[in-house]
Amino acid sequence: MMLQETDGERLLVAVRRLLEAKGIASTAEIAERIAITDRASPGQGARMVARAWTDPDYRALMVEDGSKAAEMLGIPMRGMPPLGVLQNAPGLHHLVVCTLCSCYPRAVLGYPPYWFKSAGYRARAVRDPRGLIAEWGTVLPETTKVTVVDSTADYRWMVLPERPAGTEDWTETQLAAIVREGDMIGVTIPKRP
Amino acid sequence: MTGFAPGTRVRVRDDWPETRGPAHIRTPHYVRGAEGTVVRVLGAFKNPEDLAFARPAPRRALYHVRFDPGAIWHDGRAKDGRGRNDLLVEIFEQWLEPA
Repeated sequence: MMLQETDGERLLVAVRRLLEAKGIASTAEIAERIAITDRASPGQGARMVARAWTDPDYRALMVEDGSKAAEMLGIPMRGMPPLGVLQNAPGLHHLVVCTLCSCYPRAVLGYPPYWFKSAGYRARAVRDPRGLIAEWGTVLPETTKVTVVDSTADYRWMVLPERPAGTEDWTETQLAAIVREGDMIGVTIPKRP
Repeated sequence: MTGFAPGTRVRVRDDWPETRGPAHIRTPHYVRGAEGTVVRVLGAFKNPEDLAFARPAPRRALYHVRFDPGAIWHDGRAKDGRGRNDLLVEIFEQWLEPA
């Protein structure tokens, strides 16, 4: 029994039937893609960051080719846009935005947070990045340069933040647990709890 | 089209195709007409301006271009008074000309 169907649902069914009929994407392929998207979460990106903090070779690979570095940790990247990694350093901070829409490195961070897609975030990130991230409590030294990366085309970008002080003897698993979504967008920086 | 090597000064075309008809453009309004510096070549990608209309889409070089916010915003927030910022934007070759 059909309870209620919105126009959007009818459109979705029609598009999926057309994709199948035209041989563009099968039901199984669409189901696989939905499963991959649902499995992706900031935990994936956090594992990459923690590995980079503990393994200089991995860090070098991650900065050179983010997609390859993700695949090395078993994160599916097939069919995904290339992943670029922005390395924070003393005196250099990165902030990611997509002013045109909501381009986001979903393979490694999952679905974007609601505010990432808001007009307010998108407009302010490029115009007043320090004022914007201060609302997350992130206040950077005046001498730190903020590079705002507007994700306008075919790359997706994540931030590789700096490892917090006082975590020198931590394991990779412990480190991954403190890396948050916002740290990899650049609105926050990882903190030792 | 000849490529731009990293370090090349470029200007984003001050063009507004959306005023002439349906268009899909990945060059944000705020950098049109602005000068910047090519940081790196990101690769060649099918032109989204064609893809969006299901037209044959040739691959176009995509550049990471660095802009000084002071050259873009004119309301005193350019360097937002508290430090030095810059902007990195992905721009397709057809939008760039030598500065």
